[in-house]
Amino acid sequence: MSEEIKTMKVTIDNITIDVAPGTTILQAARQIGGDVTPPAMCYYSKLEGSGGKCRTCLVEVAAGSTADPRPMPKLVASCRTGVMDGMIVKNMTSEKVPEARAGVVEFLLLNHPLDCPICDQAGECHLQDLGYDHGKEGTRYQFARRTFKKEDIGPFIQLHMTRCILCYRCTYVANQLTDNRVHGVVDRGDHAAISTYISKAIDNEFSGNMIDVCPVGALTDKTFRFKNRVWFTKPVDAHRNCKTPGCCGKTTLWMRGSEVFRVTARKDTWGEVQSFDGKPGWICNTCRFETKNAESWTIEGLTTISRHSVIGVNKYKTLDMPKETTKAVMNGVEPKLLMDIHNISEVNKPGVHLSDIKGPAHSTNFKKQ
Amino acid sequence: MIQFNETTILKVNEIIARYPEGKQKSALLPVLHLAQVEFGGWLAVPVMDYVAQLLQIEPIEVYEVASFYSMYNLKPVGKYVFEVCQTGPCMLNGSDNIIDYIKSTLNINVGETTTDGMFTLKTVECLGACGYAPMMQLGKTYREHLTKEKVDSIIETCRSKAN
Amino acid sequence: MGRKLLLDKINVEGIRHYDVYRKEGGYRSVEKALKMQPNDIVEEVKKSGLRGRGGAGFPTGMKWSFLAKPDGVPRYLVCNADESEPGTFKDRFLMEFIPHILIEGMIVASFALGSNTSYIYIRGEYDWITDILEQAIKEANDNGWLGKNIQGSGFDCQMYVQRGAGAYICGEETALIESLEGKRGNPRIKPPFPAIKGLWDCPTVVNNVETLAAVVPILNEGGDAYAKIGVGRSTGTKLISACGNINKPGIYEIDMTISVEEFIYSDEYCGGIPNGKKLKACIPGGSSVPILPANLLLTTAKGEKRLMNYESLSDGGFATGSMMGSGGFIVLDEDQCIVKHTYTLARFYRHESCGQCSPCREGTGWMEKILLAIESGKGKMSDIDLLWDIQRKIEGNTICPLGDAAAWPVAAAIRHFRDEFEWHVNNPEKCLTENFGLRHYADPVYVAES
Ligand SMILES: Cc1cc2nc3c(=O)[nH]c(=O)nc-3n(C[C@H](O)[C@H](O)[C@H](O)COP(=O)(O)O)c2cc1C
Ligand code: SF4
Ligand code: SF4
Ligand code: FES
Ligand code: FES
Repeated sequence: MSEEIKTMKVTIDNITIDVAPGTTILQAARQIGGDVTPPAMCYYSKLEGSGGKCRTCLVEVAAGSTADPRPMPKLVASCRTGVMDGMIVKNMTSEKVPEARAGVVEFLLLNHPLDCPICDQAGECHLQDLGYDHGKEGTRYQFARRTFKKEDIGPFIQLHMTRCILCYRCTYVANQLTDNRVHGVVDRGDHAAISTYISKAIDNEFSGNMIDVCPVGALTDKTFRFKNRVWFTKPVDAHRNCKTPGCCGKTTLWMRGSEVFRVTARKDTWGEVQSFDGKPGWICNTCRFETKNAESWTIEGLTTISRHSVIGVNKYKTLDMPKETTKAVMNGVEPKLLMDIHNISEVNKPGVHLSDIKGPAHSTNFKKQ
Repeated sequence: MIQFNETTILKVNEIIARYPEGKQKSALLPVLHLAQVEFGGWLAVPVMDYVAQLLQIEPIEVYEVASFYSMYNLKPVGKYVFEVCQTGPCMLNGSDNIIDYIKSTLNINVGETTTDGMFTLKTVECLGACGYAPMMQLGKTYREHLTKEKVDSIIETCRSKAN
Repeated sequence: MGRKLLLDKINVEGIRHYDVYRKEGGYRSVEKALKMQPNDIVEEVKKSGLRGRGGAGFPTGMKWSFLAKPDGVPRYLVCNADESEPGTFKDRFLMEFIPHILIEGMIVASFALGSNTSYIYIRGEYDWITDILEQAIKEANDNGWLGKNIQGSGFDCQMYVQRGAGAYICGEETALIESLEGKRGNPRIKPPFPAIKGLWDCPTVVNNVETLAAVVPILNEGGDAYAKIGVGRSTGTKLISACGNINKPGIYEIDMTISVEEFIYSDEYCGGIPNGKKLKACIPGGSSVPILPANLLLTTAKGEKRLMNYESLSDGGFATGSMMGSGGFIVLDEDQCIVKHTYTLARFYRHESCGQCSPCREGTGWMEKILLAIESGKGKMSDIDLLWDIQRKIEGNTICPLGDAAAWPVAAAIRHFRDEFEWHVNNPEKCLTENFGLRHYADPVYVAES
């Protein structure tokens, strides 16, 4: 037997790539990149056991492998299905996938409050992106939406259960990054909810990472809450010599002028926490919640946001802007709380691209115009 | 302080011994059943915390499980809980009428307990007795082929047993 | 009258207890098995053609041969006694009245699979049956059939009963395993399958109560003899739990050659429809399988008499056929409302969804709400198409088959009874007090007279 590591050939949307055994279809698609990659709302490569739940990453397997070229009878969750040598996968080229995926998007939005105008996640919400890319217009749901009681889970993290899509990522963070899990999924079926059950404070040096993994605005940073909209702030990469064991100390600071509004981990193309030296760059709560003075940080430069998202608006000239109207995005609901941001804010004046500004943006940058 | 009586403790240890070393979490469902019987028919938070401590797991693991399964009551219930099946096969045999009858006889709605704390009415989904419909669970056993007369006599028996 | 293999001794006084059971020939199959090679037992079960009785009908011998056998890792046999599919109450009957047949079958299976510890996972509501099983296990222990070195064979066999706590989803084998591990009954994402990584990550076989009981006659009579009973790939006997609008609801052991018509109308079985009413529809294999109108139930689309077996019940696919499923046989008479019945099933599946994956968690509740609206005269014509579309988007797109199980009843009801749905929409007042009855049948000839 030869010792060399065998690779497997997999073809996704007519593009063939060699991958290592044990690679999932989704990982293979991410290696190819671009439109070939199915959206993933629950899978998180840095969290063991994640994935398989949201069903947005469903793909068609047109041929199982060279050895057994039969197609798979059902669409499969690409995040949890391993590739086989000679497998042929259809994502966007499939006739079935777009419809099934639109169905999943509709299900995910069914009970979602669509309160984007007052949601802190607006602008960097994966559900918004998913809706743009794969959803259909308008809701066919004619019943009252499910709501949950607000639950207080401590001084740093806000839980807004109504927005949760039950991806389970935050429970994996609690299990895998913190010592004592105090929150989890309670109740079942359409009543299932993220909760501590007894309104306990989630208190652990790494609990803040839940906010970064949450694809929607169900878990948000209380120290940032309502202070600003994501797109008013300007992200810069920074680091500090953090002493907390396990904290990478490399962050993104969301600044306005010289003020640090929010600290998050750095994100990669897929919206996941970036890896440094092969290890996920999780950050501790001290960095995230308690180090908000710019002097404590060494600023490296502007953050490159490669993810197609609303955050990119006005910041990255090369990005495709969403063409739909707000009404269309919100499934036909007229925006109630949206205001013309130019009336209330100095920043984000049309014609000024944040990426042209060196260093943190300040209202003077816009006033100059 | 919340604590199982000695016989129950022995039972708990016997249950834990059914699983391999270190897999004592497997005892959670059976132990919650024991706790519900011993501590008033429902699982209060301190009771669940006690079970967590007994099985050396986090309290949230107990809350997650207790809230998943429909047989665990997370709120106080009456002394007698009528759990009437309302799924298809029972419905074909008139379970709706039985539920209505119990409601009017006990003067409570589904999910409520009589003011004397005696009876709680719940509707449940198929209990695996479809051929003996309409039916309900009462404590450890089933009451099957229910009629209005049967319901009357069940209520009567419960009342006299309680006195 | 057909052969009985499981219930032939059911009327013997005291058969629930060890002494009587043993006197009637009980535990012979264990004696035989302990003298065989484990693999030969698996071969015997393969020869018998036994198919899983839990609903999916997967060949049992094949399932057993898939079990991984890595060195130094324990293997487990788990009996699925969760029995929660509406219309199904057969396993309960075996466990309540002849519990030793299950224990006997499980000992044989444990020996064949090399499992030293097995668990019977029983639905929590069957509290008194748990006591009966534990008593029977104690008797078997006392008589040397369970415990260490059983019957001097050197084989250790422990058996325990574990009660669930009210969750249909724990009938799904990986949810069952999770529940047995003391967790929420969330089905696992497969692969890996339990045969590789099951209970506590060890190789595990999960089998239904009736499947394991059937191992007893297979060993006693031989796989070939067992395979001769029945037709085609429907070998042996099958327990049918019959309920709904019939004169004699209950458990029937059939060999799979009788016709559906005979099963419903003969006095040996269901004894016809009460009060001289006509047959409207039937769900032949537990609530998840497609409902069929009387004409398609009794005769296949090809015009052949439909038989009570795996092949014949599924003849015509979902377009004109149904499935054997778990053997829960639900009969609806002419006065029953299809919309209402479908609504109760939709409510059941919404209630039982574990909530892990979005199509099932959100879709089941949506379907339930729409069905209730139509049933109570508040539906729109477009709702019927919407329902159809929702079920289509759930089916096949979920983690476990509960999604399909929730979608199929709705699909079949619309497929065969769309006119009844439309009538509800068109007659919002009338549908509250009146029934659609048998207006489906343009040609009432097909409706058999009782
Ligand atoms: C939602 C769901 C519920 C199920 N419920 C049961 C059940 O109550 N009893 C059972 O034996 N099998 C049930 N099954 C089938 C099991 O997953 C599994 O296939 C079966 O236990 C295998 O045993 P068998 O091969 O002996 O039939 C269910 C499956 C699903 C998807
Ligand atoms: S709170 Fe966020 S991370 Fe947690 S399950 Fe809900 S959506 Fe996922
Ligand atoms: S299909 Fe339903 S029951 Fe099955 S895993 Fe998904 S949500 Fe849970
Ligand atoms: S990302 Fe694959 S199912 Fe959610
Ligand atoms: S439907 Fe009521 S017990 Fe099955």
